[in-house]
Amino acid sequence: MAYGKYTGFKGWLYKGSTPYINFALHRLTAMGIILFVGVHVAASFSMQQTLGTWGTTINIIYESWWFQIAVIFCVLFHTLNGLRVVILDIWPQLLKYSRETVYLQWAVFIPIYLLTIFILVMNGFGGSA
Amino acid sequence: MRARYVPQRGINLDYLMWLFTRISGVGIVVLALIGLGAAMYMGARLQMDLPTVLRWTFFPNPNHVVNSNVPDVTLGWANAFWQIMQFLIIVFAFTHAANGLRMIVEDYVGHTFWQPFIRALFALLLIGMVIVGIYVVIGSAY
Repeated sequence: MAYGKYTGFKGWLYKGSTPYINFALHRLTAMGIILFVGVHVAASFSMQQTLGTWGTTINIIYESWWFQIAVIFCVLFHTLNGLRVVILDIWPQLLKYSRETVYLQWAVFIPIYLLTIFILVMNGFGGSA
Repeated sequence: MRARYVPQRGINLDYLMWLFTRISGVGIVVLALIGLGAAMYMGARLQMDLPTVLRWTFFPNPNHVVNSNVPDVTLGWANAFWQIMQFLIIVFAFTHAANGLRMIVEDYVGHTFWQPFIRALFALLLIGMVIVGIYVVIGSAY
């Protein structure tokens, strides 16, 4: 984004559509992962030093099956989109098919993610996570 | 409105970090796949549940899986090989993350008076996280 050019909410409606949505999601999931890992490191450090602190509370939330649904989304999307970007950087002649690579990425993402959610929810309600 | 700052061509911080982001990204995927394979080999069928497998995948530290049902957590789990793996994933992941955050912030902040301070803040965060990580790697149970 150019300096001093505030796009605001309309920036999200930018008509770059498919690859732009992936770009935005890549950044959002990156910040999600950093928030998750940063707080998890701090919480685990607190847990290691003193048992039964706020760290334990946070890590119990982190290990619950419903929280894993969001974590898995961030990790899996960021991984697959990162690999897509690396492949496009190594073979730039594929750039004219960038929209198709996004479709391919979602085609890989959706089955893996749905299967993971299915297992998480089944185990979550079944008792053994 | 001022002219956009364009860095010099050739080897500079942005080029090196661009390259490092790609290499470390693929590196983290490879490390995670090795960790996932080892976790499944060592006990995913009976002694470990899914969260434990994931904890070993992303940070192969014995203390990270201490609440699993693996009978002897030190057997095949705590040795120099896995310590090197932990160290690599810490350095790759935290540097990848600090640089990514720097890029996001600089996209909105631009080249201002504050840029060196922002970079210093992220460098300090990175050094702090790596120190905490190395403390955990070296201080873990054998």
